[in-house]
Amino acid sequence: MSGFLEANLPYILAGISVGGQYALIAIGYTMVYGILRLINFAHGDVFMVAGLVMVYTSASMPMVLAIPVVILATVILGFAIERVAYMPLRSAPRMSVMISAIGVSYLLQNCALYFTGGLPKVYPEIPLLSNSVTIFGATTKVVTLITPVITLVLVIALVTFINKTKLGMAMRAVSKDFETSQLMGIRINNVISATFMIGCFLAAIGSLLYFSNYTSVIPTSGGMPGLKAFVAAVFGGIGSIPGAVIGAFVIGICENIIKGMGLTTFSDAFTFVLLIVILLVKPTGIFGEKATDKV
Amino acid sequence: MSSDVILSIKDLKVNYGGIEAVKGISFDVRQGEIVTLIGANGAGKSSTLRAIAGIVKAASGSVEYAGDVITGKSPSAIVQRGITMAPEGRKIFPDLTVEENLKIGAYTRSDDLTADLAWVYELFPRLKERSWQAGGTLSGGEQQMLAVGRALMAKPKVMMLDEPSLGLAPLIVKNIFEIIKTINENGVTVLLVEQNANMALKVAHRAYVLETGRITKSGTGSELLADEAIKEAYLGKQK
Repeated sequence: MSGFLEANLPYILAGISVGGQYALIAIGYTMVYGILRLINFAHGDVFMVAGLVMVYTSASMPMVLAIPVVILATVILGFAIERVAYMPLRSAPRMSVMISAIGVSYLLQNCALYFTGGLPKVYPEIPLLSNSVTIFGATTKVVTLITPVITLVLVIALVTFINKTKLGMAMRAVSKDFETSQLMGIRINNVISATFMIGCFLAAIGSLLYFSNYTSVIPTSGGMPGLKAFVAAVFGGIGSIPGAVIGAFVIGICENIIKGMGLTTFSDAFTFVLLIVILLVKPTGIFGEKATDKV
Repeated sequence: MSSDVILSIKDLKVNYGGIEAVKGISFDVRQGEIVTLIGANGAGKSSTLRAIAGIVKAASGSVEYAGDVITGKSPSAIVQRGITMAPEGRKIFPDLTVEENLKIGAYTRSDDLTADLAWVYELFPRLKERSWQAGGTLSGGEQQMLAVGRALMAKPKVMMLDEPSLGLAPLIVKNIFEIIKTINENGVTVLLVEQNANMALKVAHRAYVLETGRITKSGTGSELLADEAIKEAYLGKQK
């Protein structure tokens, strides 16, 4: 057993780290689904845009300024997408909103293609995050160790926010019943905007951590992590925040252990096999609500 | 007479998916009254309340509240002005605790809620016992109490109740109507929609009868209780 742990420690560490990054994206999927019953296909691309914004801002301003600018820009983007592409469709069939989301996804990818000229953009080294560190004989980047910590702190903060604050209470109410929430005097559009902004805030943090492990960003960089975070959200029971976080860690860790076994080719396939199995065996996921009218 | 009118509905029409559910009704609610709209299923009672609350848009006509036209205002603006509603089917938030359900009723307020919570718990001691339970675990009667309590938390001047007796045992219905009277005696004007005409007419100062989107009769509660046609149509008396 200890032999297995020793041999696999770097992969487990990487898995926990990637899992944390997926978790930060997955929360955006699951929160938006919880409130709008919408799979926000554009979320992975928002994550990619956050990466590109970092490329451009870090080239023109100091890092201490670039990071908050990236977060702010991503939050504004999330707000704008909701207002322009989803809010006008509030009373439209759910399928229309979903198609609109797919449209936004392609729009963001194509805008990115236009701005980058299709060339991979070199992601900046974020001081501290990109430094190397040796732990239990395994060499890794600081970001690997710091990601799970940041993820857990943010998740605890988020859950506390949702359970303890007035806006959090309104989010829980709106996610159950638009009309009765309106009767309480809740402005549901504001609550929905706040949900998107929180999701995008977390995706921006996730993007800073995720891309620190990679050399470059391309317009389709959001695709795979977005998809995996989506699977994590489904696995955990879409609509459930703890479910999404657990799902993300499971996927991140399993994926990396598979890589450690020398089966890198199959590491992505694992995620999608997991999706198929969960949909066949327990379609509502581990913490999902038992509603039957899902798309 | 007009000086103490708090809510005045003028020629209100409401459409639902191409069907005219409310076909131009006018009525007044005076300060301090209990007014009831009675009528069969589909008569347009709920649509009228939903239009007043701003949840559905009126096709034409107007709602005046304390002298201002509130037609077209957002539901939250209407709550802020002092009109709240306990909707049909109670619509408790099942995952929120009883206390959170009450607090969310006061969403538009930012002042201290202690006194109002205490009042609601005094009206409905059952809710106090269950304040930490999830709303969805309450019985139907308790949920109705919670819905009424929730509508009180915004400190309304006018409280609208949509079918509070729906699906409840007669004893609980009696209890809830007594509390509605108490609430009214504490200065809250009540607009009550009911299919249970017998109960509604007993507590109401004035009543309007709604038939397929039109008001066909009006009078004091006791007048309509004594009306032969009403007895036959709504109170289940034999010919």
